[in-house]
Amino acid sequence: MRVNFTVNGRPQEADDVWEGESLLYVLRERLGLPGSKNACEQGECGSCTVRLDGVPVCSCLVAAGQVEGRDVVTVEGLAEFARQRAERDRCETASRGDRTAAPGTSLDEARAWQARGSDSQAGEGGELAPIQQAFIDAGAVQCGFCTPGLLVAADEMLEHHPNPTDADIREALSGNLCRCTGYEKIMDAVRLAAARQGEAV
Amino acid sequence: MDFLRPASWEEALAAKAEHPTAVPIAGGTDVMVEINFDHRRPEYLLDLNRVGDLYEWEVGQDSVRLGASVPYSRIMESLRAELPGLALASHTVASPQIRNRGGVGGNLGTASPAGDAHPALLAAGAEVEAESVRGSRRIPIDAFYTGVKRNALAPDELIRAVHVKKADGPQQYSKVGTRNAMVIAVCAFGLALHPETRTVRTGIGSAAPTPVRARTAEEFLEAALEEDGFWDNGKIITPSVAKQFADLCAAACNPIDDVRGTARYRRHAVGVMARRTLTWTWESYRGARRASKGAA
Ligand code: FES
Ligand code: FES
Repeated sequence: MRVNFTVNGRPQEADDVWEGESLLYVLRERLGLPGSKNACEQGECGSCTVRLDGVPVCSCLVAAGQVEGRDVVTVEGLAEFARQRAERDRCETASRGDRTAAPGTSLDEARAWQARGSDSQAGEGGELAPIQQAFIDAGAVQCGFCTPGLLVAADEMLEHHPNPTDADIREALSGNLCRCTGYEKIMDAVRLAAARQGEAV
Repeated sequence: MDFLRPASWEEALAAKAEHPTAVPIAGGTDVMVEINFDHRRPEYLLDLNRVGDLYEWEVGQDSVRLGASVPYSRIMESLRAELPGLALASHTVASPQIRNRGGVGGNLGTASPAGDAHPALLAAGAEVEAESVRGSRRIPIDAFYTGVKRNALAPDELIRAVHVKKADGPQQYSKVGTRNAMVIAVCAFGLALHPETRTVRTGIGSAAPTPVRARTAEEFLEAALEEDGFWDNGKIITPSVAKQFADLCAAACNPIDDVRGTARYRRHAVGVMARRTLTWTWESYRGARRASKGAA
């Protein structure tokens, strides 16, 4: 079957989708967006977390056919998503500005996306969402397998909870397993992102 | 496999009538696991995501009509006052991502003895609204679970909503597992005090082939509370009453040994949870009594 849906702000079409296929499979294998990871396929690990109509979900548990006509944001589109959100917030605080350029991230851009944070190893550049930069700065990434899911989940929490307590952070990330870091640096990263978000306002 | 996408409830019923083997999928948190692992290859998947009514709830005079697909996260946020037991149970479901998708309809459809919502529904008192093209009926929750992963639905029926009694007193929910998140219950216990009718109701999860109530324990506690005028004098429940209640709850279990725990452990844990939830609910009943007296 064919599935039409919006991915990172742009309409996309997936063809030859098997009826029992998951959204995760469609993203990775049909649209070439391997950012969302497949680690368990049973909702246990959260490494496949994406936003479906704004809500964080495990993409391995969403049937592809269920996303018809709906809106998905993956880690590849997170930087642009965060940028537009920040812009919207600015526009709302100031007067309503014009919205420029086509919104979202094209498939080619998303496929080619690379972390370019201001880190000695990752090189210079400003194309990271604040939460991504915070993960780099806090050293919250080891093997990186859990990172995309954590980024999507943490970014969503900060959208609703600008000043999270540690308990809020733990709760929001309780569906994301990390087998490397022991979580402390991840906690640091989210606290850092929250603090920076506070300063920016 | 065929993917059926009804756009309305009527279309969903028609599809289920035409294809009684169709597997309904809403949050997908059970069904997709089975498909991903090749444990199940249904001929038809019946997607309920586009049936908007299933995501709505109405707070009525005596009960809440909870749409089958209202996600657990919404129950936690919006129905804490009306359905405190179910809200607590919802909070123990897996993780935020799962709570954003899963709802009570799925728990009921799967009817696993370990489903988190069951003890809370049994304790609060509930009816399942099932419908087919032949008509609609309400199944009392006590009659809904018919065996291990079996329920009272006919092949052409779908769950539309659950009517859960609004709390008229304190409710508690307790679950034993190896960690706080992402855990299937080793066993679980729900307790609701109903001061208006001077009754108590229980629900036990994962400690018998189906979710069950501990009826003998309920009757014992009701009699004990009545006899000593506890509802009126608000005294602390005597330890011997609490112990007897806990023992009777443990005796209501019919558990098995499995990877998550032994039968003996489950029985013991249910007794402990029964005693604790009784203490918690009774304390808050006494607190509420004092507060209303103070205000009067
Ligand atoms: S791959 Fe989806 S939760 Fe683990
Ligand atoms: S960094 Fe390896 S799993 Fe989290």
